[in-house]
Amino acid sequence: MSLLTPFKRASGLGTTSDGVKHWWMQRVTAVALIPLTLWLVFAVAAHSGEDYATVTAWFAQPFTTTMLTLFVFTAFLHAVQGLTVIIEDYIHHEGVKIAALIGMKLVLVLLGTSSILSILRVAFAG
Amino acid sequence: MKTANKRPLSPHLQVYKPQLTSVLSIMHRGTGVVLAIGTLLVTYWLAAIAGGAESFANANAILGSWFGKLVLFGWSWALFYHLSNGIRHLVWDSGHGFDLPSVYLSGKIAVGASLALTILLWLVA
Repeated sequence: MSLLTPFKRASGLGTTSDGVKHWWMQRVTAVALIPLTLWLVFAVAAHSGEDYATVTAWFAQPFTTTMLTLFVFTAFLHAVQGLTVIIEDYIHHEGVKIAALIGMKLVLVLLGTSSILSILRVAFAG
Repeated sequence: MKTANKRPLSPHLQVYKPQLTSVLSIMHRGTGVVLAIGTLLVTYWLAAIAGGAESFANANAILGSWFGKLVLFGWSWALFYHLSNGIRHLVWDSGHGFDLPSVYLSGKIAVGASLALTILLWLVA
């Protein structure tokens, strides 16, 4: 005898009320990060050692600005997802777990926002 | 909610021999945490550039010091390992490669790729 009401089965959310969305978003950001990360790391390495004017001019190129912003956004999203799973795995006290989850998210949102604003500032204000 | 649980756990770390599968798995999680902490580096570097030529020069000096380079080298290897093993995970998600010989082979490829990419990066830099 199924314990699912018709509504519950139709919603497709499962027992954790979240369904497969978390799992899927982790995979989507992972796939996006493959080209983004490879580009970022090798591009930055290629530009290392250059002077300030050259680096800021490179930042202002539309392709660079776009890729940098996308990388930061996607990487921080992926990091939040991964760290959420880790916190849920190892912290069992409900209050501490919730505090850790929220705290981690706030810190990464802060760092991510700062990063994107830095990129835009250099790209547009020179 | 799990209240204070005094019941004994069956031993795992004390009894199981470390294998490529389990070691690579925890390394994937470990490098993930290291990379998440390393986002501080990314944020710092970007803020230093946004701050002007002087802060940029300071950041370059710190990151270019022997200690800075050591940290960057470790961080870049962690990045490439997490990326290579991540692709290995995505292949599993597609339903392929679960038999044990394939698991061991893909594991060795992932480690090899991470080392190769790290070396390649530091040749470019």
